[in-house]
Amino acid sequence: MALHLRSSFSSKSTLLNILRHNLGFGSRSHVTRHIRQILPHDPPLRGSQNPISRLCNTMAEPETLSSFVQHEYANNHQVMDFPGGKVAFTPEIQFISESDKERVPCYRVLDDNGQLITNSQFVQVSEEVAVKIYSDMVTLQIMDNIFYEAQRQGRLSFYATAIGEEAINIASAAALTPQDVIFPQYREPGVLLWRGFTLQEFANQCFGNKSDYGKGRQMPVHYGSNKLNYFTVSATIATQLPNAVGAAYSLKMDKKDACAVTYFGDGGTSEGDFHAALNFAAVMEAPVLFICRNNGWAISTPTSDQFRSDGVVVKGRAYGIRSIRVDGNDALAMYSAVHTAREMAIREQRPILIEALTYRVGHHSTSDDSTRYRSAGEIEWWNKARNPLSRFRTWIESNGWWSDKTESDLRSRIKKEMLEALRVAEKTEKPNLQNMFSDVYDVPPSNLREQELLVRQTINSHPQDYPSDVPL
Amino acid sequence: MSAILLQGAGAATSLSPFNSIDSSKLVAPSRSSLSVRSKRYIVAGSDGTNKSFGASSLVARRSEPLIPNAVATKADTAASSTSSKPGHELLLFEALQEGLEEEMDRDPHVCVMGEDVGHYGGSYKVTKGLADKFGDLRVLDTPICENAFTGMGIGAAMTGLRPVIEGMNMGFLLLAFNQISNNCGMLHYTSGGQFTIPVVIRGPGGVGRQLGAEHSQRLESYFQSIPGIQMVACSTPYNAKGLMKAAIRSENPVILFEHVLLYNLKETIPDEEYICNLEEAEMVRPGEHITILTYSRMRYHVMQAAKTLVNKGYDPEVIDIRSLKPFDLYTIGNSVKKTHRVLIVEECMRTGGIGASLTAAINENFHDYLDAPVMCLSSQDVPTPYAGTLEEWTVVQPAQIVTAVEQLCQ
Repeated sequence: MALHLRSSFSSKSTLLNILRHNLGFGSRSHVTRHIRQILPHDPPLRGSQNPISRLCNTMAEPETLSSFVQHEYANNHQVMDFPGGKVAFTPEIQFISESDKERVPCYRVLDDNGQLITNSQFVQVSEEVAVKIYSDMVTLQIMDNIFYEAQRQGRLSFYATAIGEEAINIASAAALTPQDVIFPQYREPGVLLWRGFTLQEFANQCFGNKSDYGKGRQMPVHYGSNKLNYFTVSATIATQLPNAVGAAYSLKMDKKDACAVTYFGDGGTSEGDFHAALNFAAVMEAPVLFICRNNGWAISTPTSDQFRSDGVVVKGRAYGIRSIRVDGNDALAMYSAVHTAREMAIREQRPILIEALTYRVGHHSTSDDSTRYRSAGEIEWWNKARNPLSRFRTWIESNGWWSDKTESDLRSRIKKEMLEALRVAEKTEKPNLQNMFSDVYDVPPSNLREQELLVRQTINSHPQDYPSDVPL
Repeated sequence: MSAILLQGAGAATSLSPFNSIDSSKLVAPSRSSLSVRSKRYIVAGSDGTNKSFGASSLVARRSEPLIPNAVATKADTAASSTSSKPGHELLLFEALQEGLEEEMDRDPHVCVMGEDVGHYGGSYKVTKGLADKFGDLRVLDTPICENAFTGMGIGAAMTGLRPVIEGMNMGFLLLAFNQISNNCGMLHYTSGGQFTIPVVIRGPGGVGRQLGAEHSQRLESYFQSIPGIQMVACSTPYNAKGLMKAAIRSENPVILFEHVLLYNLKETIPDEEYICNLEEAEMVRPGEHITILTYSRMRYHVMQAAKTLVNKGYDPEVIDIRSLKPFDLYTIGNSVKKTHRVLIVEECMRTGGIGASLTAAINENFHDYLDAPVMCLSSQDVPTPYAGTLEEWTVVQPAQIVTAVEQLCQ
């Protein structure tokens, strides 16, 4: 109302008066009092038809003035239709704050020592599932360490670990079914591990040998398995998010009891694809889970330089998406959250955003030395005091499902298996040259056939310049 | 010289205008088609050899009488008056829509996504009526984010659907370049063949009538380097429908380039089902003196120039290359070997366009057969001006084509 009046005033000082009074007081009734106060001091506006002059003219009849003003006041409470629906008006100039006073609380079920928090809500897991979750977390940890060391020794060209994020990887996978299609970023090999990808298969991809399902065409950790519904890792950040929405759309069309699940980091939420995919998923009402691994770092960029919102969970509401923040290092909470979210997504045909708070204990990759931008002490603290494995281990031990003996048996077995897998993968032949040209199209067209011939001719004339371990 | 038309066993078909042969004008087969019951037609070429096609194409070639008009309004010529099947007449955008609808009827996995493709029917009405027939989910209106809905189409394709993604204008697909290059083109390869991406990405491009620089782009220049994709350009209602159907059926990602100014072209097309070969060029006008290679709208400028050239005594061979990636070097090569002179007429810019790549390919492969350097007429390296007169001069005009031919044939 005041804004409407403001446009009719010709006097600037009066304008400021209104603004000052308005901003100082919050109630609507004060506005009406305010109008009665200033009008007597104003000269009537000459010859104009604006509402103020009408008010001035009716000053002599207070009842009419007050009834006029009250009529205007009543009008303010009506809602008006705009494209997009009804919206109530407010005469107060108030901006929505850029952040709430309190950050969105984080859902957790096990405390730092692995004790179940009283009155916590969680989805019950059987002993079998809990033991598998923990065993796979241990396997992932050992696999990561051994592959990382292999790269340092020069046996592998590249590797990226998921150390510190084992709970997110395994517990989220445990809450899904094999029909749910996964669109990973590159730090989620645990999901494949849960679904049955063997250590040998991981090693084959890392060495790019002829048993690699990717036929040696991608870098290490760019796994993919269509039979396990895990889509080949594409290195570009966040491009898998719209892909996941498309897969969810496909599942929705076929009315399948499954959802699409996609993972990304805190850095990935800055990409345009993140925002577009969330928007699309909400509009399409697509059953997709957006799981953000907020691990605090995007290579060397901390989250304070990545976004200024309260993390990622608050962004869901902007797109009309139900969201939750979870302690990513609490395997039981992760399991419960993903389990519940999945049911909601499929039953209600809607997307869900899950922000899993965690810490990237390892370097970004073997091409990175993170002690250059963060303290070794910080890394060590998260690795020891906030380790997801020890917390979950305490919980399963308290249920009598685990012991020191089973732990050491598991660790020595996995380590032996890993070393053997490495040895076999290293010795296995690489894919032959023909794989450079196949699968670009379904059938190689003439230009590719020609180019393959050229390459082979060059190799024939300069065999000493051609690597000896790639068969023709 | 005569061509022999053989029919496959058990196939009986009455001659349509498109089957009739004018043997005196036949030099090489032109249109290809696949009948729905896979009847095979084998055409012996004029030199007695049979052409063979790649494993991915099951189409056969048919002979066709010469069409003197640049824009075919009536396909009936004197030689085809023996027809018994008249076909039906429609505009190019309707032909695209017919092809799309037939494929959506045939395969429930085919779906459409893009901006305003649903009840609005698409900005150029190519998807008109489809949402009413197939529903809102199968003909999907998306929010405005080209990268996102292209990415969505790719994800849907990896899970078994066959999306047809429409860019409202090809220029907008620059926003989708990341998804097209990194995911569409690469994922079949990097996944080791585990995931296929049978998408069709289509939309209008090219210089229109005063649409402004941002809406007059030639995206085929930018996309031609991406490995893993195929590119085709349609130019007539006949090949528009045929290429649309072939693109949808292909297991590879295909980008189908339409032209803003060609949507209202009218032609009579066959009633029976047919598809066009994605990797094949189209012989528009056989000739002896010079090979003119062109595609999309420039085909019509070339045919207009051809009329003038014929009056001046030249006999140009006009080929609509249609397949922009890969090039049909077989058809092109045969033509070069016959005429020894090549003129490329394109709408792309001089630098880095389709013509530039084609010039390189011809020089590399057919250098010995050339009597003159390959000449390429393209648009200048400027953003397309809005002013009508300026816009007209960024596009190659028939007069320039005539001059170029005269120069090459000296």
